[in-house]
Amino acid sequence: MIHLIMDTFLRYLKEREQEQLVKILSFMFYIFRHDDLKEMLDSNKDSLKLEAMKRIVAMIARGKNTSDLFPAVVKNVACKNIEVKKLVYVYLVRYAEEQQDLALLSISTFQRGLKDPNQLIRASALRVLSSIRVTIIVPIMMLAIKEAASDMSPYVRKTAAHAIPKLHSLDPEQKDQLIEVIEKLLADKTTLVAGSVVMAFEEVCPDRIDLIHKNYRKLCNLLIDVEEWGQVVIINMLTRYARTQFLNPNINESLLEDSSEKAFYASDDEEDEDKKAEAAALVKRKPYVMDPDHRLLLRNTKPLLQSRNAAVVMAVAQLYFHLAPKAEVGIIAKALVRLMRSHSEVQYVVLQNVATMTIKRRGMFEPYLKSFYIRSTDPTQIKILKLEVLTNLANETNISTILREFQTYIKSMDKDFVAASIQAIGRCATNIGEVRDTCLNGLVQLLSNRDELVVAESVVVIKKLLQMQPEQHSDIIKHMAKLIDNIQVPMARASILWLIGEYCEHVPKIAPDVLRKMAKTFTNEEDIVKLQIINLAAKLYLTNSKQTKLLTQYVLNLAKYDQNYDIRDRARFIRQLIVPTDKSGALSKYAKKLFLALKPAPVLESPFKDRDHFQLGSLSHLLNAKAGGYQELPEWPESAPDPSVRNVEVKDSVCARRTVLTGPEGAGSVPVNMILLAHLTESDSGSGSESASASDESGSGSESEESGEETESEKEEEDEEKEKKRKKRLDKTKAKKPAEESAERCAIHTSYQINTIAPSGSIKMYELLHRITGEGLAVEYCFSRQPFSPDPNMVAVQIQFTNNTNSETKNLHIEEPRLQSGMRIREFAEIGLQPTGESVTVVMGIDFCDSTQAANFQLCTHTRKFFVSIQPPVGELMTPVFLTENDFKKEQGKLMGMNEISEKLTLGEKCVNEHVIVERVTATANLSRVPCGSDKECRFAGKTVSSGCLVLVTVTTKEGGRAQLTVNCEKMVIGTMLVKDIMQALSQ
Amino acid sequence: MIHSLFLVNASGDIFLEKHWKSVVSRSVCDYFFEAVERATEPENVPPVIPTPHHCLINVLRQRVYFVAVIQSEVPPLFVIEFLHRVVDTFQDYFGVCTEAAVKDNVVVVYELLEEMLDNGFPLATESNILKELIKPPTILRTVVNTITGSTNVGEQLPTGQLSVVPWRRTGVKYTNNEAYFDVVEEIDAIIDKSGSTITAEIQGVIDACVKLTGMPDLTLSFMNPRLLDDVSFHPCVRFKRWEAERILSFVPPDGNFRLLSYHVSSQNLVAIPVYVKHNISFREGSSQGRFELTLGPKQTMGKAVESVLVSSQLPRGVLNANLSPSQGTYTFDPVTKLLSWDVGKINPQKLPSLKGSMSLQTGASKPDENPTINLQFKIQQLAVSGLKVNRLDMYGEKYKPFKGIKYMTKAGKFQVRT
Repeated sequence: MIHLIMDTFLRYLKEREQEQLVKILSFMFYIFRHDDLKEMLDSNKDSLKLEAMKRIVAMIARGKNTSDLFPAVVKNVACKNIEVKKLVYVYLVRYAEEQQDLALLSISTFQRGLKDPNQLIRASALRVLSSIRVTIIVPIMMLAIKEAASDMSPYVRKTAAHAIPKLHSLDPEQKDQLIEVIEKLLADKTTLVAGSVVMAFEEVCPDRIDLIHKNYRKLCNLLIDVEEWGQVVIINMLTRYARTQFLNPNINESLLEDSSEKAFYASDDEEDEDKKAEAAALVKRKPYVMDPDHRLLLRNTKPLLQSRNAAVVMAVAQLYFHLAPKAEVGIIAKALVRLMRSHSEVQYVVLQNVATMTIKRRGMFEPYLKSFYIRSTDPTQIKILKLEVLTNLANETNISTILREFQTYIKSMDKDFVAASIQAIGRCATNIGEVRDTCLNGLVQLLSNRDELVVAESVVVIKKLLQMQPEQHSDIIKHMAKLIDNIQVPMARASILWLIGEYCEHVPKIAPDVLRKMAKTFTNEEDIVKLQIINLAAKLYLTNSKQTKLLTQYVLNLAKYDQNYDIRDRARFIRQLIVPTDKSGALSKYAKKLFLALKPAPVLESPFKDRDHFQLGSLSHLLNAKAGGYQELPEWPESAPDPSVRNVEVKDSVCARRTVLTGPEGAGSVPVNMILLAHLTESDSGSGSESASASDESGSGSESEESGEETESEKEEEDEEKEKKRKKRLDKTKAKKPAEESAERCAIHTSYQINTIAPSGSIKMYELLHRITGEGLAVEYCFSRQPFSPDPNMVAVQIQFTNNTNSETKNLHIEEPRLQSGMRIREFAEIGLQPTGESVTVVMGIDFCDSTQAANFQLCTHTRKFFVSIQPPVGELMTPVFLTENDFKKEQGKLMGMNEISEKLTLGEKCVNEHVIVERVTATANLSRVPCGSDKECRFAGKTVSSGCLVLVTVTTKEGGRAQLTVNCEKMVIGTMLVKDIMQALSQ
Repeated sequence: MIHSLFLVNASGDIFLEKHWKSVVSRSVCDYFFEAVERATEPENVPPVIPTPHHCLINVLRQRVYFVAVIQSEVPPLFVIEFLHRVVDTFQDYFGVCTEAAVKDNVVVVYELLEEMLDNGFPLATESNILKELIKPPTILRTVVNTITGSTNVGEQLPTGQLSVVPWRRTGVKYTNNEAYFDVVEEIDAIIDKSGSTITAEIQGVIDACVKLTGMPDLTLSFMNPRLLDDVSFHPCVRFKRWEAERILSFVPPDGNFRLLSYHVSSQNLVAIPVYVKHNISFREGSSQGRFELTLGPKQTMGKAVESVLVSSQLPRGVLNANLSPSQGTYTFDPVTKLLSWDVGKINPQKLPSLKGSMSLQTGASKPDENPTINLQFKIQQLAVSGLKVNRLDMYGEKYKPFKGIKYMTKAGKFQVRT
């Protein structure tokens, strides 16, 4: 249609105006061209919308501009169809930057999404919101990130960590606030978050190493369970961290190395090394002792060498290279050699790093020499890198095999590779004196090769070799002088001329003749050759002026009028220097000394030398130049910074309570109930997906910290235990632990417990199924008082199955719950298999609707079904709430009258002090203590799990063992029952 | 980390672009095209190309370059490994990862890329999780979708990402429960002119195809685990158990996956199953060269050597080859000078041979390089290292699965120098 209009108009218009019109119309066409898509997007049918979105996304993928559709697309951001929605997100993120105002229309949808009860929807809303690069929403983003960082779900917290660098790149001014969020997330105890937050740390504030101290041990211990990409980032960061915090483990050896480097390389066996280390230790001031945290890092990264992900293996390898004692670095060689089987791009990067490593630590790759042999099918760049490695690995013992190998390479069809091989031979010859003559002979033979490139390369290399001992090799120089007639490669010609000039005294007859020939062809030579001709002429003039005076003059005259100013310059300079004139300067006396000075032989060095000042495996190392955002690998400190910064403090209040609880018994012997408690939390994580995340929750939600008084040995064991934990997590069937270990673990976990719940005397186990009625299967349960993460309105019930039968029990699960209306059950994941004699612990959630009605259900195994019921004591229907004294008073004021129940009672004989009262009350009900000014009063606060009604308890002691108990609660039934229970507990 | 991704085909067209941060103009790829031009062969393009403002990291798979744009420091292997993971995922979804497959499924590709990276940092790379998020296209589903207008995107959001076994889908159900394991060993060897072995190594993998209901927990044990010198595992394998007992214990992902790759310790002598007798010579002054090649079985433990394929890059001076094979067919490409001979099965009674003459450019001197011979072959039902699976047990589920183990030996990078 538009074309038609255009044609009609054009017919009536003059030529000059036409041009203008064409512009206008083509613009209109540009606007209308997506009309059909707009129509589809406006339709009511999801299928049409989807089709339109698919076409738009396909256009985006091809790089076509579809920004004019923005308004039509954004309307659909709230579409019910999930695929349409996702594609709209794709579009939105792509174009929001260009259409800032319109993009704002969509923000409210995401803000709503952030409040959704489903964690995955919350996460995806945050993800898209933070990807919209519109500066005006920075405050909204900041708020959303902060909120998400303290979300219950670790997945949402992970997304928050991802959002941090996005916001930082959008508005760097938010850095300080973001660092606060990072600090908070770094303390997170879940593996899901760890990788992402370290990534954020690296991008936003990589220099804030102080934020890592407290989390260092935790990161080390979590490492193995973090997803592979996170592992890479964490390992790289920890490498840098370790360089600032620990001492160089090779400090003694590096001092020794200076004096006897050669000898050291020659004997690289581990035994020898140990001896050396010992000797060094004796000589040096003080023996080196590795920081246990340093050891922890090395030990926990080692298993990751077995990862299938090349990036992880490389990260561990570089960590060992930069941090491990010399004797231990060797273990990475095998893994790196394994990576060479991978894709050629991986090979390329690995070989670059191996090349750098072989310069510093040759011994480690020597056993794998043959893995670096070159195949004719390797790409050239790989061949050249392998050659580099082989050259670095060459020493007196293996040089003969390496040279034999090189000989076959010279016959290759790949000429670039042949040239590199010749250079490699040259380097071997300079490095290893014994084979110099052999190499030289081999290279001289190559001079008769038919391929000019080969000959040229050989000439260049021979020149370098000859410089080392020219006297014995005048034959070779003569031979090369003959070559000048045939070789055309400038570099080779220049090298020959230089050689003849330098050693003209060894070939007095030939040299002038060469100069004669060169003078003839001077004008046609390349610049480097011309320069060398001038050099040759000058040197000959100085040694043999009789024969060459005229030739030299001629050459200098030619050079005087050369096009290249370098050559003109050189000619003028040399003429002044060597040709004696009246006013020749003071320098001309020294001309001979200047030209024919003894020149030091060139050292053929690997291009990879000294590359290790870049962190291996990094982009900067590969490019041998600093890439943007590269963090220098710091030098080892002279003396170790205070290691105690990594000790994790326990918060004051908690600490105090802890001493009350475990103080008298000491760390070694912990009350049995605590062991049980710790054991339960521990085995939590081993019981299927739901419960695992539950325990993760509790870990992070409570912000509990490891004890500050931990000794070194504890740390070590803790880390071993983590290892085991990982195995066990998968290994659902194995929940047993040696007693010592659980005691150990207990010491660590006590603080978790203390922080989440008020210190209680013990957790009571209830029987669900007796061993006899259960035909060998005994089931017990307890109320763990942990928040139940999948659903915060449920009470967590920990169930322990013990299989006392002679056979395995299979498929333990729940069926047919019969519940009062409103009650809900979240079943535990089915236990597939339970071997004889083992016990398994799982967690299930029950929403009791704040009533003490029993939850009835069937417990099924593969053979039998048992009817069981769980009836909660009223005290377990609540969770602790932390209130201040003022808040408590205020809330209590609101719950007067009918909501207040007060009873007088006489305290039991043992209730002599406040401490016992607190213990009794918290044992009866899951409440937390509220600070109180008066020592006659104890206050407790909590809320019901299901409906969140406040429960306030006050115990006022009076003289003569009498006391008054007051409970304020909106739910009168709960209140009454609680009063009864607490009275009973206190009057015992 | 990863800023943008461009997919470039063999003729240098960008056919897909995706940006995770702000948009990077596709002109950045010009540096890449320059590098491609400079490299003589496609595989010689450097994987990492620095440009003034960015850095390009590329991988080449199936004649498609995946070019990632990087702006700041990041371990190059991280990007390379990720790009390969992307390709593997595409292969998993579409069967192949060619330009045509990507173009046909551009929306799914885009959705996948969106899920795999968030702000350039990998998010979900496990195939099992991705498949829950985005259903792979099948013919049936495509038909149904066009009729009903339903979608490829999973209705339910996956919970796998949140679980402790992120590699496995939940609620897997099969009517036939089966678990197959393929032990595939490859011999990498370089044989020198005289027939002696310069270097020989065995690299093996165990590929699994597990289709089991529920959450099975498998253990696989070997008769001779000491053979394995260096191993790398799928993340599902419990490392400690392997360290302690040399048993592979794992909750498998659903479907196909690589359980383990290993290297057999170099102390063991490697049995080379075939030998090659060759006589390739050029005479000075004549425009003819002689070509003779005979293959024979060496240490095959009584198994037949099958699917033998010989290929060799002849010197540039060779114009044509006039050969006659005793079995199979041969081709010679006069442009690339690549000779390949599809031998088939080696019959020990009648050894296959390829004989004849090569014609050289007249007047040209004899080439001084010697061609190398690359060999491919397969031997069924044999793991050349002698590795044997002892037993496979399943815990955690009550049904009886069907189990199968297959052994195979292949030539890896097997070269004979002449």
